[in-house]
Amino acid sequence: MTQFSNNSYLDMELLRFSTAGSVDDGKSTLIGRLLYDSKSIFEDQLEAVKRASIKKGTEHLNLALFTDGLRAEREQGITIDVAYRYFATPKRKFIIADTPGHIQYTRNMVTGASTANAGLVLIDARNGITEQTCRHSYISSLLKIPHLIFCINKMDLVNYSEEVYKQITETFTVFAEKLDLRDIRFVPISALFGDNVVDRSTNMPWYTGGTLLEELETVEIDHDNDFTSPRFPVQYVIRPESTEYHDYRGYAGRVAGGVFAKGDQVTVLPSGLTSTIKTIDTYTGELDEAYPPLSVTIQLTDDIDISRGDMIVKADNMPRVTQDLEVMMCWMNARPLQLNGKYIVKHTTREVRCVVKEIQYKVNVNNLEQITDDTTVRLNDIARVVIRCTKPLFVDSYKQNRITGALILIDEGTNETVGVAMVE
Amino acid sequence: MKKYQLNHLRELESEAIFVIREVAAQFEHPCLLFSGGKDSIVLAYLAMKAFWPAKMPFPLVHIDTGHNFEETLTYRDQLVEKFGAQLIVGSVQESIETGRVTEEKGFNASRNLLQTTTLLDTIEKHKFDAAMGGGRRDEEKARAKERFFSHRDEFGQWDPKNQRPELWNIFNGRKHMGEHFRVFPISNWTEMDVWQYILMENIEMPSLYFTHMREVFNRDGVWLYHAPFMKLKPNEKVEIKQVRCRTIGDISCTGLTLSSAETLADIISEIAATRVTERGGREDDKRSEAAMEDRKREGYF
Repeated sequence: MTQFSNNSYLDMELLRFSTAGSVDDGKSTLIGRLLYDSKSIFEDQLEAVKRASIKKGTEHLNLALFTDGLRAEREQGITIDVAYRYFATPKRKFIIADTPGHIQYTRNMVTGASTANAGLVLIDARNGITEQTCRHSYISSLLKIPHLIFCINKMDLVNYSEEVYKQITETFTVFAEKLDLRDIRFVPISALFGDNVVDRSTNMPWYTGGTLLEELETVEIDHDNDFTSPRFPVQYVIRPESTEYHDYRGYAGRVAGGVFAKGDQVTVLPSGLTSTIKTIDTYTGELDEAYPPLSVTIQLTDDIDISRGDMIVKADNMPRVTQDLEVMMCWMNARPLQLNGKYIVKHTTREVRCVVKEIQYKVNVNNLEQITDDTTVRLNDIARVVIRCTKPLFVDSYKQNRITGALILIDEGTNETVGVAMVE
Repeated sequence: MKKYQLNHLRELESEAIFVIREVAAQFEHPCLLFSGGKDSIVLAYLAMKAFWPAKMPFPLVHIDTGHNFEETLTYRDQLVEKFGAQLIVGSVQESIETGRVTEEKGFNASRNLLQTTTLLDTIEKHKFDAAMGGGRRDEEKARAKERFFSHRDEFGQWDPKNQRPELWNIFNGRKHMGEHFRVFPISNWTEMDVWQYILMENIEMPSLYFTHMREVFNRDGVWLYHAPFMKLKPNEKVEIKQVRCRTIGDISCTGLTLSSAETLADIISEIAATRVTERGGREDDKRSEAAMEDRKREGYF
């Protein structure tokens, strides 16, 4: 057995993190540096970037070129869409959602943040806390990214000064009190020269914390899922109708919260009927317990009518069952949100229709102020909105559960996903 | 407190199974594109798991270029039998004979591009509204931006600048008549994840992936199989080498790796040490910097 096929390599944790920053922050350079220094770049990719760097006449190997994807992006030198990158160290496997940071790409930032365990926010050491830092922090708190790492970048341009670093972290800590952030860390780095990215910097002996990669490798993520409130949205009903499994009726889905065990008493929504978990099945065998984010098939002891969009829960810990929702909405479409407009709502595996009853205010994402005089919700706007659904949804606050607290709005005419919302 | 944490392979598996079940639930006529390569083998295996003890509720579709390795076809038929799945074959040879496409000429002639027409014809003929594939985002830079649920217009085209937002694990598969979706359940897997999963689950693989002796020749630094239809340039000579496939596609564009890897563990350590991406051996990607993006726009896998 070799190191990559022994048990520890088959048994790594997966950490998803998003990055936000603009062209000038050196975000692409940072990602290139992480991939390069962790030896995740292959020779043919390196050769291609070397050729392109020479062609563009850059002084250093242009690490940012590793992450340019679509032709339009290479031509314009910008990132338009969320790009996903992958690398692994002996400790963890990483998925990076690389998002553009400019205000006109708020929707992409929101997309990248939606599945992240950790968020990387870049701060240019020369500029300190800017509107953009504020925006990225707000979006991270809105999307409830459990862990945030602020990279104070370009330390090489401020003589690796501890004073500069301290001032930025102190200013930010004061600002962060306005936000709901659970876990914040700071790392002074130079993405260009690699200080404190993968390797410890010799230029900043005053910094005693971990390098960026060390932080990413050690941040504790086993409590990021909701393990307290059992939620099992039914995705698909499995009925083999074969001789061997003649009476088999299983409810397939992915656990969205809490822990379900064989023998547990459960309640099914919306019917309210109760039953007991007979088995938790997978192809490789029965499980004693299922927890997020496992995909399993549950069999109940009673033959009750359950279909896609129903939810299996426990009577002592029920979600809210409601047709009326107050949500924070991020608008993703060029056509503005229509007050009194009707949309399709997708929430877990459930699909209903809704009408937009009220737009309470918009948020200025640069300074967190509420805007009440202009409530037209346009592309990239974030607003507090009230909707009423045609049928009840089974929801939790987004703060409690990022799956049962999230929903999307679809335009009935174009079928596009036009809005995404978090239940308050 | 008890620790409830899945390892990376179980988490990726759960995510893929969730996506596959969403496809079965949201579409009327889905299918799974099966090429016989390791990614589509893993995908078919995950689909089998997702619906067990029922059979997978969609057929496997194989676009046969007519230039397939024999082992691929044998393996395909065995897998179909074992999973009790339904198989539909779209034939590029037939597309050529009926004049739908014209065979490329010259030394680098490949049927790889022609597959797009056969694929789109097959989707239309069987009225498939969703086609799942084993595409992964780490394969190529254009793929890094593709959604799990990737919308295709009535011409089968992908519009990378106008993709639907995709957040959390909510997938929007709504579409108009004539449009369809390509779905990539193992988007987040890397080549290493695929092999580690194969090892963990002990999935039987085609012999092509393991070391064997084969007649090959070298073209522009890439080892290719000397199949009867492959034309040699004057300076190219046939040799017998110990090789294995790192990816499996059409013979004309599948580069072989000189390797002595006999077991899954050998393959995994070989990949760990390799410094060239798996598509580094694919002739089809070398045609231009945006080769993959262009083919995808037109409706390629």
